[in-house]
Amino acid sequence: MSGKQQVPHELEDNVAVTPWAKLLDPLTPIYNWGRKYSMWPMGFGLACCAIEMMATAAGRFDLSRFGMELMRPSPRQADLMIVSGTVTKKMIPQIVRLYNQMPEPKYVIAMGACATSGGPFKEGYTVVSGVDRFIPVDVYIPGCPPRPEALLQGFLKLFEKIEGQKISTAPWYTKKEFPAIPVPLLGPDLIDLRQVAEKPREQSEAPAVPTTN
Amino acid sequence: MAEKTATAPLAQLTSEMTALKERFGDAIQPAEYEGIVVANDKLLQVAQAIRDDLGYDYLSSLTGVDYFDKGYFETVYHACSIARGGGPLVFKARTPRDVAEIPSVVSIWRSAEFQEREAYDMFGIRYTGHPDLRRILTWEGFAGYPLRKDWKEPYYEQDHKPFDSRWPGGHHVPAEDRAQFHDNVTVSPETFNVESFTPEAEQLLYSGIVPVPGGNGHGMHTDSVVVNLGPQHPSTHGVFRLVVRLSGETVEDLRPVMGYLHRNHEKIGERNTFIQNMPFTDRLDYMCSMSNNFGYALAVEKLMNIKPPERAEYIRIIMAELTRVMNHLAFCGFLLNEMGAFFTPFIYAFEERELILDLFEMASGSRMMCNYFRFGGVARDVSDEFVQRLSHLVFERLSHKTDEMENLITTNEIVRSRAVGVAVLPRADAISLGAAGPLLRASGVPYDLRKADPYSIYDRFDFDIVTGTNGDVYDRYLVRIGEIRQSIRILKQALEQLPAGEIQTGKKAYQARVPAGQAYGRVEGPKGELGFYVVSDGSPNPYRYHVRATSFINLGSLTTMARGGKLADAIIGLGSIDTTMGEVDR
Repeated sequence: MSGKQQVPHELEDNVAVTPWAKLLDPLTPIYNWGRKYSMWPMGFGLACCAIEMMATAAGRFDLSRFGMELMRPSPRQADLMIVSGTVTKKMIPQIVRLYNQMPEPKYVIAMGACATSGGPFKEGYTVVSGVDRFIPVDVYIPGCPPRPEALLQGFLKLFEKIEGQKISTAPWYTKKEFPAIPVPLLGPDLIDLRQVAEKPREQSEAPAVPTTN
Repeated sequence: MAEKTATAPLAQLTSEMTALKERFGDAIQPAEYEGIVVANDKLLQVAQAIRDDLGYDYLSSLTGVDYFDKGYFETVYHACSIARGGGPLVFKARTPRDVAEIPSVVSIWRSAEFQEREAYDMFGIRYTGHPDLRRILTWEGFAGYPLRKDWKEPYYEQDHKPFDSRWPGGHHVPAEDRAQFHDNVTVSPETFNVESFTPEAEQLLYSGIVPVPGGNGHGMHTDSVVVNLGPQHPSTHGVFRLVVRLSGETVEDLRPVMGYLHRNHEKIGERNTFIQNMPFTDRLDYMCSMSNNFGYALAVEKLMNIKPPERAEYIRIIMAELTRVMNHLAFCGFLLNEMGAFFTPFIYAFEERELILDLFEMASGSRMMCNYFRFGGVARDVSDEFVQRLSHLVFERLSHKTDEMENLITTNEIVRSRAVGVAVLPRADAISLGAAGPLLRASGVPYDLRKADPYSIYDRFDFDIVTGTNGDVYDRYLVRIGEIRQSIRILKQALEQLPAGEIQTGKKAYQARVPAGQAYGRVEGPKGELGFYVVSDGSPNPYRYHVRATSFINLGSLTTMARGGKLADAIIGLGSIDTTMGEVDR
């Protein structure tokens, strides 16, 4: 993307060279405007917060004002994962797989106290203390459950974040690879494979949890 | 604990229990507080007699209790009679902690299947003769049995709240810093050997449902296939998984897999004080928090032996019936979602729901998680404006809106062809499987706790039990529409009779003094019988706190419903049970 390095110096001295960033950045507002008003969430409800998410999508709060009414049942078509509810150890492998299956650019909202930190159920033995232990979260929304207005505010915060991104520096247009997050294992307790001591990991991981769907 | 229970009074035997004792002799002993203890070797015979000779054909609740100090596990059974109604017959079976074996009663009441699996999962009590004894809420291979008193969760601080570390004067240490591995796990990932680990959960599950090679009857070789739906699937309600064996599109066998939202309600409940459990009950069946509050309040009030004042009783009824209206309207929306009418009926349903939630917010301060009931009353009084808005809703709006909903759905050609005769649950199966609420009534069983075993002040109101005849999806829908109308009837009467006065018995207190004892409080929630079994040892915290979750037991009938039907019909069957995963997995 960065055009400067690719242009030899003599050429640069004699010819006007426009770097990619300069070309693309004026387009960024339009690009981001389009992205933020067609942010398709994944239809993915975990617990109580999912009901408030549905209430947000219903008549009174009307999610379609933000171009978000199109909840996609498949992660492949979704831009945004709203983790709406308590994340349990039994469910986190599936959540990580869904996250891995979503195409870039992707965003995650942790809706409610449980998804943020475990919430009222934090002390429970099968509750994950926040989804951010496994997948990166962009916006946290407090509340148990957050009111629909709070969820909308969370979306607006996400839009602010999107507005700050540029085409020229967006990581999903670079050659950078996005390694999949290893799917945790359900052993005697939840096993985070990133914390497992660095031993021959690749072979043992594959038969336990198939990574393709 | 030991001194307290040594003096615990033995239960007064009812005439039925005395008759059983005469028949079975020493195999039956009176238990402490309530019920009888049945010797394990005679358990099946006694259970058979209870069902066949005494007519207790409906096993409402089955759960385990760990009496750690006395060295035994107890399984508590609450059996009810559909025909006669009335309270449950309580009987118990005991087993030493190191043996942990009790005969399974699945052959007598099929509703015991899931509940015994749950007790096995939580206590490690092996029910001999159980057809499919696997873990249900945690996963196969999970270390330990969580509800045993000597099992400690990773973030364990103390046995009972309030924890010392959380006193305002003290300093707070984050849970992660207190935990052994700085996370909510009992096994260190560093020492875990991934190579030698083989997950056993899925194999055990699939071994019960293996595909069978066969033919289609026309000389063509076909295989049945095993398909997984969920836990993230657009048409399962929440995080729920179905494993189905399909022959073409026909369901040959089906296994519900749950536990994806197991939030350790009961373990947390034992650490909490009695009143601290009230907000947790909201999060059980998060569609109808008020009904959950009601059931728990009733159970503890039974232990404390108090009654709320008149005005509070009426407010409770109003809240419970509003919850029912809201839940059933939302059900219609969800059911049509399942049929493929995506989102439009749902928006109609949520319109009324928002108005009812406004009322809840007005009374309790929260839309969904109301935390409104207290032992011996309710948290706050309702204002005149509340009554005014409620009157408008009840007398003018709701019945009109129910008509509108019915106009859209009831005679709709597509709905009828998808719902009539689909996912049938015969009457006998419904009773044996412990189906409750509209699911049971749609199968032609007029059993409603508000009439069968009236609690609170339901005996003052004039309303009918709505029943179906065919036990199919369409009848379940009709029963719910009928119940909305009956609820509006109750609401009208309650509003007209609403007295002035106190809303709380005694003084408001942070701590409820609950005497030692055992109680089973139950209400007819929107989804069916919701029971709370609470054991108190006289301390500020419950010794055992169990929820007889309606949705959980109702799901047991899904396999019967779906077998032989099409896969798409199994989805509608699931929708017509009306489950909430928070209640299923707790």
